[in-house]
Amino acid sequence: MRNLSLSTLGPLAALVLLVVLGAFLNSNFLSSGNITNVLARSAFIGMIAVGMTFVITSGGLDLSVGSMAAFIAGMMILAMNAMIPSLGIGVPLVLAGMGVALLVGLLAGLGNGLLITKVGIEPFIVTLGTMGIFRSLVTWIADGGTLSLNFEARQFYRPVYYDGLFGIAWPIIVFAIIAVLGEVVMRHTRYGRYCEAIGSNDKVARYSAVKVERVQLMTYVILGLLVGLATILYVPRLGSASGSTGLLWELEAIAAVIIGGTALKGGFGRVWGTVIGVLILSLIDNILNLADLVSPYLNGAIQGVIIVLAVVLQRGKSSAEGR
Amino acid sequence: MTTGAVPALALQGVKKSFGPIEILHGIDFALMPGEVHALIGENGAGKSTIMKILGGYLGATSGEVLLNGAPAPWRSGAEAEAMGVVVIHQEFNLAPDLTVAQNIWLGREKGGFFLDHKAMRDDTQVLLDQLECRVSPDTRIRDLPVSDRQMVEIAKALSRNARVLIMDEPSAVLTHREVEVLFRQIDRLRAQGVALLYTSHRLEEITYLADRITVLRDGAVVRQAVRGELTEDGMATAMVGRDLNDIFPPRRQDFGPAVLELRDFAVPPLVEGINLTLRRGEVLGISGLVGSGRTELAEGLMGLRPHHGTVLRNGTPISIRSVADAAARGIAYLTEDRKERGLLLAKNLRQNLTLSTLDRFGGLLISRPQEEVALDKAISDFDIRAPSREMAVGNLSGGNQQKLLLAKTMLPEPQVVIIDEPTRGIDIGTKSQIYHFIDRLAREGLSVIVISSDMPEVLGLSDRVLVMRQGRVAGVLEGDEISETAVVRLVMGTSEKVNEDA
Ligand SMILES: Nc1ncnc2c1ncn2[C@@H]1O[C@H](COP(=O)(O)OP(=O)(O)OP(=O)(O)O)[C@@H](O)[C@H]1O
Ligand SMILES: [Mg+2]
Repeated sequence: MRNLSLSTLGPLAALVLLVVLGAFLNSNFLSSGNITNVLARSAFIGMIAVGMTFVITSGGLDLSVGSMAAFIAGMMILAMNAMIPSLGIGVPLVLAGMGVALLVGLLAGLGNGLLITKVGIEPFIVTLGTMGIFRSLVTWIADGGTLSLNFEARQFYRPVYYDGLFGIAWPIIVFAIIAVLGEVVMRHTRYGRYCEAIGSNDKVARYSAVKVERVQLMTYVILGLLVGLATILYVPRLGSASGSTGLLWELEAIAAVIIGGTALKGGFGRVWGTVIGVLILSLIDNILNLADLVSPYLNGAIQGVIIVLAVVLQRGKSSAEGR
Repeated sequence: MTTGAVPALALQGVKKSFGPIEILHGIDFALMPGEVHALIGENGAGKSTIMKILGGYLGATSGEVLLNGAPAPWRSGAEAEAMGVVVIHQEFNLAPDLTVAQNIWLGREKGGFFLDHKAMRDDTQVLLDQLECRVSPDTRIRDLPVSDRQMVEIAKALSRNARVLIMDEPSAVLTHREVEVLFRQIDRLRAQGVALLYTSHRLEEITYLADRITVLRDGAVVRQAVRGELTEDGMATAMVGRDLNDIFPPRRQDFGPAVLELRDFAVPPLVEGINLTLRRGEVLGISGLVGSGRTELAEGLMGLRPHHGTVLRNGTPISIRSVADAAARGIAYLTEDRKERGLLLAKNLRQNLTLSTLDRFGGLLISRPQEEVALDKAISDFDIRAPSREMAVGNLSGGNQQKLLLAKTMLPEPQVVIIDEPTRGIDIGTKSQIYHFIDRLAREGLSVIVISSDMPEVLGLSDRVLVMRQGRVAGVLEGDEISETAVVRLVMGTSEKVNEDA
């Protein structure tokens, strides 16, 4: 790392500060139980946020991911319940359910992406629309209530959230893999370079023989797949989906991306920053719950302050460059 | 300052550093009322930096700016402008989504609580008429070609009633006729006692305009001269620090078969009925007024605009629907708009250089070392002078940005290259280097189309010259037929040439 500026180190420093603060306030904070808890909760938003980093870096935005997660969860549960008679309870059923989740995620992302790149509607507007559509579809299918996975299927599927490898929960492992892959793709592959180029100036990218539409479309498809993946790991936690599943996930994911130092207007993306952003957001939540210093009801306010602060730091950086 | 008069604007011992690097090393300089003062120097010598300091857009690291002999009181470009010190920047400073009229009156809108749109539009029309610029005050800047944007920029400066007018390469994007209009305005302002500072890499302009010349090399003043003291060769030598001869390479003789042919090619709505043949190893110059459809033709050919007609590559019909298609056929294009279409200003040199050729660098992962090697080669081939490799290219001097763009265009080793204003903003020494570079590639079998508003360049570089007028081929000149008068005649449409197709 060459430029260790405030904006690069800011998120990292904030994370360290939060860990120290947490350890200081509550002796339980550094227990493996609590750490696993924090990381596992971060994992869902985290995977989505990694995908969101690519979307935002290439100059786009996706507001629909929270609703998309609810919709995918609903479809997955319906599909699994429907397949029990033919497949029985077992690995094939779970695999089929996972396949459905990924497929629905892919199609949802493709839909967003095609409307944005082929029809040429603003990302904000397209995904504001699909955000409403996905959520109201789940609510409608669940008839305003909850879609529950068959009890035995749920028991069988549970370990995907609660078990793991070498004592590390599956969601954490998957999140870690996605994060590392994301960082490598962003930093070291053509695809990442193209995303940054398009976000910086899509005309320059087009004049440089970059297939702008295809790259942009792919960011939404990949994000859809990652939402599917997150849902696969999320469903076994509760075994149900409703109109309020994944509520406000889109905002948390976008906030994490911004806190991590990715430019909201595109052109510069930092996946490891996003990971830190996600951790910061869930640590704040965790610390407020553990320590009774401040009411947990103020969680949103504190997160809000952090987001604004992060953007102020970013701006300090760009105006220094501009001079 | 032998006259003893007080300079309108002066610098005293001005130094300027960006980070650890000192760019200007103690500049003393005076600009008198009623004179045209030319500031010349190589790319990156510090001309734009001096102009920005004079105009209040940059602070000096040490030293003083004097207005009428007293320390300049402003703290920003806007304040300086309010005191009559106006800068026409090398980069455009127009808001792309606002109209011409809105831009010209930006920050000084007419009217009280409600804007007086009519007054602003009418006054804009007057200004544009004065500049013989046929652009509607209601056009958005985004929709204008660069030359018209430059004329709007000039109109905006004229509307400010400047006492001091600082012009950073205003003619770089203009054609012959527009430059004449600009010069008439400059003469008028000089007669009114305005102090004018001018820079350009076209030395014939300096000879014509300048009452006094200051030559800058590597951030220091190396020579001052009055009108008539320096020839163009003398200026070039003073700038570069060595003798320059043979700016243009000799003409080439042997050409191969046709590598690119256009039959009845059209780019609606302007360009129509273009027939053109480009041979292997040939440099074809395209001349014409701004608005004659030269860039439209090139962008149509590259698949950047809807087009129809037949395109033959090595005799086989092809269809090009995107720059990627063209690249796959070995055709590359250098845009005239380097800031908006050519370079990612916030990214570094390496990322810009390899953007269109990333496929060649590494497999699944990009090979950073290979990229660095390519950058090393580009820096030495094109003599790119950058204080640091990691800097954002937006901070390179204008000419060095252009060199990087050339390097980027040539990196895929195309067989056919279309260059739109190849040497815009490039100093005379490097220009010559680039001409010889193009010549060498042409002798090795590259075919080049050069679209240029720089008359000496078209005349000196081309094996054939195609002249466009109002979207059509006005004529083609070859060999000894190529002369300034012949080209100008075709450009203006004062004679009909028999040979209609290239
Ligand atoms: N913001 C900046 N940060 C770092 N370096 C800069 C910055 N602005 C200019 N420079 C450097 O200062 C030097 C002088 O630049 P300047 O733009 O004044 O050159 P110039 O004489 O106008 O050249 P040209 O003929 O190419 O326009 C260059 O090396 C340039 O890279
Ligand atoms: Mg300059």
